[in-house]
Order: sequence, then C-alpha cells, then structure tokens
Amino acid sequence: MESCGRSATPPGLEGVALCRRCPVGSNSAIPPGHHSQDLQASLQRPEIKLESLKEDIKEYFKISGWEKKLQNAVYSELSVFPSPSHPAAPPEHLKEPLVYMRKAQGSWEKRILKSLNSMCTELSIPLARKRPVGEQKELLNKWNEMGTDEPDLSLFRPVYAPKDFLEVLINLRNPNYENGDSLSFRTHLGLIQVPLKVKDIPELKEFFVELGLTTGQLGIDDSTQVPPELFENEHVRIGQKVLAEQDSAAAQQYIRQGSPTALRAELWALILNISSQPEDILYYEQLKTNVIQHDLLVDSLIYKDVKLTASNDDYYFVFEDYLYQVLLCFSRDTSVLGHFAYNSASPPKSYIRGKLGLEEYAVFYPPNGVIPFHGFSMYVAPLCFLYHEPSKLYQIFREMYVRFFFRLHSISSHPSGIVSLCLLFETLLQTYLPQLFYHLREIGAQPLRISFKWMVRAFSGYLATDQLLLLWDRILGYNSLEILAVLAAAVFAFRAVNLMEVTSLAAAEAVLADLSTLKVMPLLQIFLFATVT
Amino acid sequence: MNTLMDVLRNRPGWVEVKDEGEWDFYWCDVSWLRENFDHTYMDEHVRISHFRNHYELTRKNYMVKNLKRFRKQLEREAGKLEAAKCDFFPKTFEMPCEYHLFVEEFRKNPGITWIMKPVARSQGKGIFLFRRLKDIMDWRKGNAGKKLTSLEAQPARSTANPSGSHDARSSDDQKEDIPVENYVAQRYIENPYLIGGRKFDLRVYVLVMSYIPLRAWLYRDGFARFSNTRFTLSSIDDQYVHLTNVAVQKTSPDYHPKKGCKWMLQRFRQYLASKHGPEAVETLFSDMDNIFIRSLQSVQKVIISDKHCFELYGYDILIDQDLKPWLLEVNASPSLTASSQEDYELKTCLLEDTLHVVDMEARLTGREKRVGGFDLMWNDGPVSREEGPPDLSGMGNFVTNTHLGCVNDRKKQLRQLFRSLQGQKKASS
Repeated sequence: MESCGRSATPPGLEGVALCRRCPVGSNSAIPPGHHSQDLQASLQRPEIKLESLKEDIKEYFKISGWEKKLQNAVYSELSVFPSPSHPAAPPEHLKEPLVYMRKAQGSWEKRILKSLNSMCTELSIPLARKRPVGEQKELLNKWNEMGTDEPDLSLFRPVYAPKDFLEVLINLRNPNYENGDSLSFRTHLGLIQVPLKVKDIPELKEFFVELGLTTGQLGIDDSTQVPPELFENEHVRIGQKVLAEQDSAAAQQYIRQGSPTALRAELWALILNISSQPEDILYYEQLKTNVIQHDLLVDSLIYKDVKLTASNDDYYFVFEDYLYQVLLCFSRDTSVLGHFAYNSASPPKSYIRGKLGLEEYAVFYPPNGVIPFHGFSMYVAPLCFLYHEPSKLYQIFREMYVRFFFRLHSISSHPSGIVSLCLLFETLLQTYLPQLFYHLREIGAQPLRISFKWMVRAFSGYLATDQLLLLWDRILGYNSLEILAVLAAAVFAFRAVNLMEVTSLAAAEAVLADLSTLKVMPLLQIFLFATVT
Repeated sequence: MNTLMDVLRNRPGWVEVKDEGEWDFYWCDVSWLRENFDHTYMDEHVRISHFRNHYELTRKNYMVKNLKRFRKQLEREAGKLEAAKCDFFPKTFEMPCEYHLFVEEFRKNPGITWIMKPVARSQGKGIFLFRRLKDIMDWRKGNAGKKLTSLEAQPARSTANPSGSHDARSSDDQKEDIPVENYVAQRYIENPYLIGGRKFDLRVYVLVMSYIPLRAWLYRDGFARFSNTRFTLSSIDDQYVHLTNVAVQKTSPDYHPKKGCKWMLQRFRQYLASKHGPEAVETLFSDMDNIFIRSLQSVQKVIISDKHCFELYGYDILIDQDLKPWLLEVNASPSLTASSQEDYELKTCLLEDTLHVVDMEARLTGREKRVGGFDLMWNDGPVSREEGPPDLSGMGNFVTNTHLGCVNDRKKQLRQLFRSLQGQKKASS
C-alpha cells in the first residue's frame, strides 16, 4: 500500500491506505497535504510520549473526526475498485477478464470513432479548436444561460443511439460456447446469447433482503394512508443521525430503505464521499476555463443531445442550463480517465494533425475519454433536482458516472454491466412469466427491445422524478445496477395482462410507452417477494 | 382541447340546452352575466358559474381597494400584527386617480422597478415595466400605446368564450370613449424565486360556493408556469422574461410548443422540500392559505352572495427568494383550454370535481370536507384536518384542511365517497 509520499508516515500508520487516488482536486474527503501539518502540530505537544504515540495518534484521529473521514475514503475506494484478483493477472483483467468481451468492446469503440471521424470530415469541423478572444468573452457572459443559444445543429447526428448498441450486444458470442446455428435446448430464447452468471429470484431475495415485505420502505410505507408513526418518523430520525455521524457505510446501509426527500442530497454526497472542498470548487472553475478557451466537436453533440432529450422533457426542461454547465466541463475532465482502469472501455485516441500513429502526439479525445450518445444528458437531469451549486452538482454526477453509469454503455461481464443486466432481465422474464415471454417472442416483440432503453438510461426520463430518485437510492444502497433489470421485469409483470393481448411490437411498445404513473417500490416488492413462483 | 365542453357533455344525465331553452346550470361568460343576470329569474336549484359582482375581487383596482379597506379594519379590530397578514399584495396605486400618492411612494424608493397593468385585461396584454417617471409621462398624456407591443393586437372575441378573464366593457369599447384606460401601478417584485434561472408563478384553483357564509374549497392540483427565458433585471423591456402567462410565452421567439413550460404543483412542492426541507415548505403553503382566505374575506361583505352563484377562481401567486408568497391577481375565468395532455387531465378533473361540489344531483350531505381533489378550506371559519375544533398554529395562521401540491388520489376518494353516500341513502329510505 503506497502512502502519498508527502510527509514521513508516522509510525503505526503503515497499514492505512492514504490517498491512493488523490490527484489535485479529487473528490476524496481528505485534502492532500493537510493531514501532515495537523499531525505534526499535535506531535509537538509536550504530553506526547513515545511509548503511547501509536495510541495517541489513533485517539487524535477519533476526536478530530479524521478517523471517520479516513474510513469513508477507504470505504469509497472499496466500493469502486473491484476486489483484488490473482496477483499475476495483467491490468486488462481489471478492466475485463473475458477476452472475447474485450475484443467486442474494442471493435465497438472503433466503430464509434469511425462515425465521429467521418462526421468530422463531412462537416469539416476540427475535433478541437481554440476559441477567438471575442467568442470566449461572449461565452463567459452567457455561461448561466447557454440554453438560450440556438446554434445550428441540424447537421450533427448523435454518434450512436441505444438501439445501435443493442444490436452489438445481440451479436455478442462467446467463441468457447458453440451453440451452432441451429436452435437447440441450449439456445437462449432471448436476444442475449452469452452465458453469463446472473442471479435468480431466490438469490435476488437474499441480495435485496431490505426490500422485503416485513421491512419498512420509503416509496411504500410513507404513503398517505400509513400513519407516519409506524415507520416514516423513525426512519427520518435515523437518517438525521446517520448524517450527524458522517458515516458512509452506515448511510449506504440506511438508504436501502429509501431516503427522505429533505436528506437525500446530503446522504448521496456522503455515500459518494463528496464534500465540496475549496480545491474541488477551484478544479471545477478550471474546467470551466477550459470550456471557455477551447471548443470541442463533442460540445455540439452535447448541445444536440440536451436539446433533443432533456429540453423536451416536461420536468427537466427547467434545468437545461445546468446540464450544459455540467456536461461541457465533464468532457474536459481528465481525472475521469482514471476510471478506465476498471472499465472495459478505453478512451479514444486522437492524433495531432499530421502526426497520425505517433504515440508522442496522441491525445485522448474527448479529454475525459467519454463520447456522449443519444440520451446521455438524462444521467445528469435528475441530479439537478437535488444539487443547485454547479461544482457540487458536477462532482456528484462525475462520481455517479465513474461508479455506475459507465457500466450501462460498455461491453463487460461485470454483474452490473449492461450485458448482465439484459441477460438478467430476459432470464427473469422467461423463468417467471414464460407465457408472456413466449407470446411476445412469437409476435416479434422481444421484450429486451422495449426494456433496453429503460436500463441504459437507468430509467431517467421514463419514471416520475420522485420514483426515479427512490430507485437511484437503492442503486447507491446496494452498489449495484441489478435493480434496473429487476424493475424492468417487474414492469412487464405488472402490465402482463395487457401485453398478452397485443399482436405486434408497436402495440407492445404502446402498452409500455408511459411509465410515469408507476410506483417503483411496490412493483419491486411484489415481483421479488410476493409473486407465487 | 376544450375541457369544459368535454366534461359537461360527458356528465351522465346532463343534456345540453341550445339557445333560449330552460336551463338548470349555466357556465356563463362574464359579459352574458352583466347583461342578463339582473333580469333572469332562476329557480331555487339553478346554478350559475359567476357571482354578479365578482370584479370586486378580480379587477385589480377594486381588489386593491377592498384589501386596503379590510386591512385597515383588521388593524382597528385586532391590531397591527393581524393586519400585517394582509401584506401579501405588492404596493399598488390606481391610475390615474392615485397618481400623486404613487409619485410620493415612487420618490421614497428611488431605483426600484414598477409594473403597470391594465385593470381588466388578461393574458399579459398591456403590461409594461418602468423605473423612471418620464417613462409614464407620455402614457399619462394619453399615449397609452407607447410601450405596448404587438401583444396588443385585439383578437376577435366570441361571446361564448370561457377562457380569458376580460371585462369586455373596459378595453375594446372603451378605447373609443376614453383615451386612457384604467391601470394600476404596482411595485415589481425584483427578487423572485428562480428555478433553473427562470422566473415562474403559481396557478392555484379556489372554488367559492358562497360568500355569506364564506365557503371555499381549495384544489390540490395546480401548476407553476415558467418564463421561457432567464431572469434578469437588466432588460425590463423584454416582456418575455418577466411575464409568465402561457399566452405571453407562446408569442416569445424562444417558445417551442412541445416544451410546455409548466410544472405540476406536486413536482414543485417536492423540489422545494428537497431544497429547503419540509418545514419551510409547510410554512410557505400555510402562508398561501392565508392569502386565499384573507382575499376572500376582504370582499365578503361587498360581493352579492346569491345562492345560485358559485365561482371557480384562478389565483396567480409569485414566490420571492425568501419564500414569501405574493398575490398577483385573481381570475374569475381562469383559462380552461389545455396546453398539453397533462394539462387536459388536470383541467377536466378540476371541472368534474367542481361539478361534484356544486352537486346538482343532490348526492352530498353538505358535511363533506373533501370531494375528489377539492378540500374544504373555509366553512365560515377554519376547517380542521382532524375531527374536532380548529387549532391555530404558533404563527397564528389557520391550520386548515388544505393539501395543495399533495397527492391527489381523487378517483379513489370519489369512489369511496359516493359509495358511502349511496349506502346512507339506502339506509334512510
């Protein structure tokens, strides 16, 4: 375990992992450099005795609150990084252990990049250019109302849409698992044809035990008919206590039962281990300066996406300006590159003009390595409900992305990866609603074709905002995206009667077009715990 | 999308009457009311959707007058603290008769922004902002059209027009007689609460069944109407920034009809709760209840309380950055045309529940505290949420039976209500 190397590590602390991931302005709660000064100051005090130094330091940590912050930081690292694997495993294995998945992701990336480059050439727009001073000034003035800008975006197309990605996943094959072209009893009936291990309902019941019928939930037990004394009041009280203790792990456990509206913003920040330090705000301001100074091609893609999706949404249109402020900065944030260590994807490389192929002139493009696709801005929109300070909103989104959202559009075998989610969804449906599944398949309405877009967007824009936030509470609480697949299956189960009567894909889409009236927690509870299997 | 026609035609057992046939229920236009009410005989059971002199509440200059008078009375009877509860209306002066009082106030507060509104027009027409007296000098001399933009194009108005609160006597016809319309000059609220950098106001529906005694119902649903552009005080000429009526926004070059610039009140309430906490939101909504009740009380003695009349008001409320609600105006004929599917749902349910409360079918006992989405807010006194005497909160605001922006499970409630009423009828017959 490395220390940050800034000061001599005091004796007795070698076992603690300090600042493994602490670039300047990181979202870790420990500002780099500060701990050494505090420690040195208290080491100078006369009552410090060499014999009891170790205990004294531990005591100091506890009193000053640093112990809690350290615990939170360590917990955060544990949540994000995968558990240590075989010591001889190469770094690609951290990204993705299965070779065929890595290859598929690689060729998908090549396709995306080709599409981006061809758009670039077609429109003769550079991938990046420095803005003239006049333009910089104008943008700075308009920073808080970029939504009023109406640039001509008609020639821009989104680089890809979820349904393009679905086609790639459908064609995914494990070369070691030969089904042959003819259908056999081993062929999957759904669209996904790779044999990954997914949980079945008994395993899901165990995993999501806190969602059970006998445990209080927000989203169910806070409805108007239920007197608040039964559950809600106590739950709020515990939430306030958790916040007072500033304990990430406790918060994560607590939020499995849902978060009270008033506490949610703080709880999420605690779980994601985000505290707005001055250097975080400074970092955001630096990103903003980068946006002002340079114009990227992806900016137009972002504009287009926001205009097409969030701006047209009945509720998120209000936050249009925040979306630009977050997403434009996000594209330029090189600290995001860190997450590619455990993401099966790799950031696209671009070369300075005329130096194609020369590694010294390679840069990542966009600087954060993430190319937005159609609907990307919907990851940010719900967060605008909770956070209003741009740099805090930015940090929360960035952390949500590098913990969760990236898995929804990269090909991997991770249990929370989109491939596993699709397979989990299809398997649940086949196993527990076989008649419905068969019927839909027969009429050419493979269920995944409808539910895919819900899962890729983590249901953002499909559910009512309050329901969406209750769902995302559980994503944070269980540190897993599997709940998206379970919810998708639960929605089909809920509308099964209507779906049995449709005779075409279009009609099935129509039955499932409007999810805005659904109550997420009762659906999940019934599907997991109250369905007779 | 005409919600009124749909609701009335779909109501079981109701038949539309054409021309001069005998009618039991009339959702009338204010102009019809003025011309015909006084010489129309109505049987006991007949109902009509306006009070004869509703303009005491809905015309800005009368409302101000009534409110000022009520406030003075409160101060005499109950002291300054009680009277201060009526300070939800920005300082307003009637023009031109209170011009000199206005100038005095203007001089006391240099640099603030004022808004000039015609008393009897709707949909944002004729409104302009100003900071200097010279901006209104020309207007005063009779050039009322100086700052008025193309919004002023008078549309052809049909008589059977349920939307838009206009008093036809004032604007069109009067333009030939008197060169200067009646206006009010009002202090402009310069620190409105912004969401996403945009200004908005709230539309809330209050149903008054009688003034003496005062019986008023509050509808749980409503909406927040957003301005399409970002709020800034530097461009007071930009109508589109400051006026949030959908009618004005529709003419803004930024307006995209698909966008719809409304939030349902439930969404608004949740947003505020997650930002400021539930207690602050409770206080805000309780302050709004105060506005509804006090405004109705202020005209209680003036309005001719005819038992045939009921009225569905559209209240426009603006929230400032300190979470204080301000009353902008009260509309006697709130727009019933729907701007979107969601809006259509809201307005049809609103109208259905209004008809349930009016109760032509004589199904209710008269002791109900909730009918569909309507909660009984005032019944000659505050209505408490639980059974028992009304209790006053520490702030002295009435703790009323209101649930503005809360869950509206009206279908379920109506089912239960009518089932139990049926049961009671069967039991007694």
